[in-house]
Amino acid sequence: MSEQEFLEYVQEGGQVEVGDWMPDEYRARLVKFVEMHANSELMGVLPEREWILRAPTLQRKLALTAKVQDEVGHAQLLYRVVEDLGKPREACLDDLLSGKAKFHNVFHYPTASWGDVGVIAWLVDAAAIVSQKALLKSSYAPYARIMKKICWEESFHVLHGRDVVLALVTGTAGQRELVQEALGRWWGPLMQFHGNPIPRDEDPMYVWRIKSQGNEEARQQFLEGYVPQVWELGLELPDPKLRRGEDGVWAYTEPDWEELRSVVTGHGPMSEQRLDFRRLARENSAWATRLLLAEAA
Amino acid sequence: MKVFEVFRQERKGQPFQHAGSIPAPDAAFAEAWAREQYGRRGESVALWLVPRDAVQVVEDFPDEFDLKYRRVDGYSIKARLKEARERAGTAAPGDR
Repeated sequence: MSEQEFLEYVQEGGQVEVGDWMPDEYRARLVKFVEMHANSELMGVLPEREWILRAPTLQRKLALTAKVQDEVGHAQLLYRVVEDLGKPREACLDDLLSGKAKFHNVFHYPTASWGDVGVIAWLVDAAAIVSQKALLKSSYAPYARIMKKICWEESFHVLHGRDVVLALVTGTAGQRELVQEALGRWWGPLMQFHGNPIPRDEDPMYVWRIKSQGNEEARQQFLEGYVPQVWELGLELPDPKLRRGEDGVWAYTEPDWEELRSVVTGHGPMSEQRLDFRRLARENSAWATRLLLAEAA
Repeated sequence: MKVFEVFRQERKGQPFQHAGSIPAPDAAFAEAWAREQYGRRGESVALWLVPRDAVQVVEDFPDEFDLKYRRVDGYSIKARLKEARERAGTAAPGDR
């Protein structure tokens, strides 16, 4: 199969398995994409982890702990996919901790209140589901297969987050304010989440069908699904231009792409602290890794 | 580390489907990990853990002798059916 034939094959909906031949460029882009996804799952638990000890009830504490376990599990599955493509997990962690590899923008920000925890689980996970559902049709079949489990668990998280938000907006005025303030903090990063509106046919990830939709399609789908759910609670989103056109297309203020670039290259408000914590966790668990590798040898 | 392929069965009687893979030093560790990853929400009634090197892959099916009479595409009845109807002076059931 030539590179051109491979390209036509995936563009017609063909899928690739672990041992199949693939062009070097496809493999390299796939590794980078899935690795970033894995890094994001792993780093994504840190903002929420900060609230496990401060959760308002035992039930919420258990639910949040379960969510954190889910996300770490997703990271493990995704690193496994990357390993089969030729990059060992330890090398992925090295690159993450040295700052060479990236993780998603939303995990570089602080979580100021329990309202943030609700908004993250509800809307950040909702934004993630939009992207991840499109990966169910990825041309790389092992990736598409584990996405079934990941999407299923993410839908739990959205439910959990929405429940946290509903409890707050039906509580005291102060509790409601926690959600409103959190929305103000998270809306910017959420609008940046799906990336710049590059036409999908110019996006190599779409061209190779590693993902099956363009950035702007994903953002529109997110807005269509979730803005009405925010508005129906009487909550406000900090964008005066946000509105659904008669053609069904959402208008919004141009997201701050400079902020996105700066944050994902490690210059976000919490980037360094979160990486430091991950370094510490890796050092503290190194003995277990050594033990396992020795047993395996 | 060995790689174990994980197959899961959602309900009794259903086929086991490939779900993913896990690295583990031995079968006991693989089982513990697979239970966490693929069974903790009651989403599986059974798992098969298979060391990857035990999987024998077959993926090419040459047909040197053109044994197409064993496949559905080996039978093209359209032309013969048309002639048979003409001889009998009948039309296709839908056209009557």
